[in-house]
Amino acid sequence: MEGLVSLAFKAIFVENLALSFFLGMCTFIAVSKKISTAIGLGISVTVVQAITVPANNLILQHLLKPGALSWAGFPDVDLTFLGLISYIGVIAAIVQILEMFLDKYIPALYNALGIFLPLITVNCAILGGSLFMVERDYTFPEAATYGLSSGIGWALAITAMAGVREKLKYSDIPDGLQGLGITFITAGLMAMGFMSFSGVNL
Amino acid sequence: MAQTNKSLLVDPLVDNNPITLQVLGICSALAVTSSLKVAFVMALAVTMVTAFSSMFISMLRNHIPSSIRIIVQMIIIASLVICVDQILKAFAFEISKTLSVFVGLIITNCIVMGRAEAFAMKNPPVASFIDGIGNGAGYGLILMMVGVIRELFGSGSLFGVTILQTVNNGGWYVPNGLLLLPPSAFFVIGLLIWGFRTWKPAQVEAREYKIQTVEAH
Repeated sequence: MEGLVSLAFKAIFVENLALSFFLGMCTFIAVSKKISTAIGLGISVTVVQAITVPANNLILQHLLKPGALSWAGFPDVDLTFLGLISYIGVIAAIVQILEMFLDKYIPALYNALGIFLPLITVNCAILGGSLFMVERDYTFPEAATYGLSSGIGWALAITAMAGVREKLKYSDIPDGLQGLGITFITAGLMAMGFMSFSGVNL
Repeated sequence: MAQTNKSLLVDPLVDNNPITLQVLGICSALAVTSSLKVAFVMALAVTMVTAFSSMFISMLRNHIPSSIRIIVQMIIIASLVICVDQILKAFAFEISKTLSVFVGLIITNCIVMGRAEAFAMKNPPVASFIDGIGNGAGYGLILMMVGVIRELFGSGSLFGVTILQTVNNGGWYVPNGLLLLPPSAFFVIGLLIWGFRTWKPAQVEAREYKIQTVEAH
């Protein structure tokens, strides 16, 4: 249990997906102009991340790993090279299902998140989360914790970024630095801030 | 055809650069640039994937129903990325370890998707192939520039060859450790964008708010 808490803390602050691995940067930069939309996107990423990482973990453990197919009578088969295509397939399918489910049963949430859901399939934070799970060889409970907390970390980063940018638009910035340039530098400063968490160990 | 092959190849380098202007593919641009060798391999991989995926998608463009086109594109891109990944693992295992998840993330690299959607779906295969090479090269250019700055000043070497002898090895150069850490990538790209836009003022974004100037009496 303690292991899971420290894993969660690490995923949210120390190894923040957006600010220390630069994942999901395209959406991070593009959709962080207003706090309300940033929160909406942050929540959708967290939800999708919390579902896809454990789902991909199950696929890895029971279908792709060397020897994982022994229950079907193929103990020597190693399908890990099919990993990338299966993970992206699972992500696309889950996003699609989530979209249909929300549309049918929770229309209010669908209206709030609807426009972001298709964007999420190509958000590198989602695929990145699954790939980190594979690389670090997480067990199922670890994968579930990691998925949820890395999503929260990403949501936190984009919300903070949107907060800064809402104030920033009133400031007098040199012409060439306007827009994209200053956004990068702000993100750099935020990343430095998050680096100060790196000494913290739970 | 409005655009010649040459302009397809050269335009994305500066005038319509995927990173500084189209804001595509930033994630990997930031993450893999702490050493030049890795940045070079990554740039090469992305260029290959973009070029071939554009070509294949363009070949199939008249047969793909538009309602499932994203999935078809995804599958083509993912298959190409698997090839690149396997090739790297076979011939450059050390580098593939350093790149870790970022090879896989070429799938969701927006440059590949963006060019497929914006260009390959409307143009013939050869033009799409060249467009893919051009955009990959524009991406590579920025990657290499950031890589040179970070590796030269962060560890005093280029491609792993020592240029500035560091203090630890008895030289004179005190390396700037910050440049090897994640935040510096943001600063370097931010400043690069500033540089590009000062050089080409047409790329400057409009202000949302004008600062009011008060005339002195």
